[in-house]
Amino acid sequence: MALSREQLAQRVAQELKDGYYVNLGIGIPTLVANYVPSGMEVMLQSENGLLGMGQFPTEEEIDADLINAGKQTVTMATGASVFDSAESFAMIRGGHVDLTVLGAFEVDVNGNIASYMIPGKLIKGMGGAMDLVAGADNIIVTMTHASKHGVSKLLSRCTLPLTGKGCIKKVLTDLAFIEIKEGKFHLLERAPGVSVDEIIQLTEGELVISGEIPEMQF
Amino acid sequence: MAGFDKVVSSYEEAMAGLENNMTIISGGFGLCGIAENLIAEIKRKGTKGLTMVSNNCGVDDFGLGVLLPNRQIKKIVASYVGENAEFERQMMSGELEVELTPQGTLAEKMRAGGAGIPAFYTATGYGTPVAEGKEEREFNGRHYILEPAITGDFAIVKAWKADRYGNLVFRKTARNFNPLAATAGKITVVEVEEIVEPGELDPDQIHTPGIHVNRLIQGTFEKRIEQRTIRSSVE
Repeated sequence: MALSREQLAQRVAQELKDGYYVNLGIGIPTLVANYVPSGMEVMLQSENGLLGMGQFPTEEEIDADLINAGKQTVTMATGASVFDSAESFAMIRGGHVDLTVLGAFEVDVNGNIASYMIPGKLIKGMGGAMDLVAGADNIIVTMTHASKHGVSKLLSRCTLPLTGKGCIKKVLTDLAFIEIKEGKFHLLERAPGVSVDEIIQLTEGELVISGEIPEMQF
Repeated sequence: MAGFDKVVSSYEEAMAGLENNMTIISGGFGLCGIAENLIAEIKRKGTKGLTMVSNNCGVDDFGLGVLLPNRQIKKIVASYVGENAEFERQMMSGELEVELTPQGTLAEKMRAGGAGIPAFYTATGYGTPVAEGKEEREFNGRHYILEPAITGDFAIVKAWKADRYGNLVFRKTARNFNPLAATAGKITVVEVEEIVEPGELDPDQIHTPGIHVNRLIQGTFEKRIEQRTIRSSVE
């Protein structure tokens, strides 16, 4: 069975470490905040200028001056700080954020990522995504492995305009956890009940399978 | 105005001198921390052919979006523009020129512009459409592109508090691009929720020193919320 959005978030959360500063993109990455293991402290960076993002406010706590990068009203966690956009991206570009999680339309065997534009169809802009992929060393891309019509999104070469070149090393899809190195995808784990063959079928770029591939544990 | 007193008495005075085809740098992220009354004054004035430098372009009926129906904006430099139907129409039809710029690069362009640095190298955008036509250079084995700084004829800024000398304090995430925009305008106009006397703000707590501010006005704000997300209070 392909992973649900919640399971994707849960699997990413297993990569968190105590004391991590983490930037979570919009969508599935945001859900990761719900699965921080108990006893572990992580601080969430929101690139509009907040380190230490808290949960959504109650009706009484709503403050128009306090939002996250998805423009949602939020609160501040204990120990939070606020700053301007240049400082925020100094953190990101300077490599000070321990883990970045974001979505994508396509990823390829050379670690290229396309996530911000579908020419002629969707032109919303890259927001902070280009800075995040260029600045972070530890990035996990979360995405569906293939389109609804079975077209692979893990490619030998991205077809859409790139968000970043050669910057992605880990991809978690609804079917597999994959590492990118030396111009190839390497299958690390598969979703429970998903066979290696199914993953091969839906991976257009070269995929290396070495040994027994374990199922993800939840 | 006398000495360091930056306070002006009307929005008309605040935006005096704005002419067609000028460049305006705007603070704000989404609808958070935008100079809503200065934008309204630009709409009232009807100035056209503007180049707006702003992370976003508002929504259809609020923020910079209100300048779209009368075609006041010729070009926008922004990182994310996806919340606005009229914007999309004008962009697709070619009536509006859009220069998509990564958010961190946009912030740094303003910062550099205000700091007298003409351009800077960044890894952001290397190997992407953003790099097209830009100088590339390698430092310590990594690839970078040269990004020019931005300055504006005007900057429009929203702060929380100011003293009459234009020393500014921002509030929470409404700070965003505002302190950077403030440094990058030939004429920087700031609207605030409260103006106090010089000496009333703690010098250690000032985010933007008054040297960057030319005009200051106190306004009232709608502060519209784009995504109202709440949790139930019983949790």
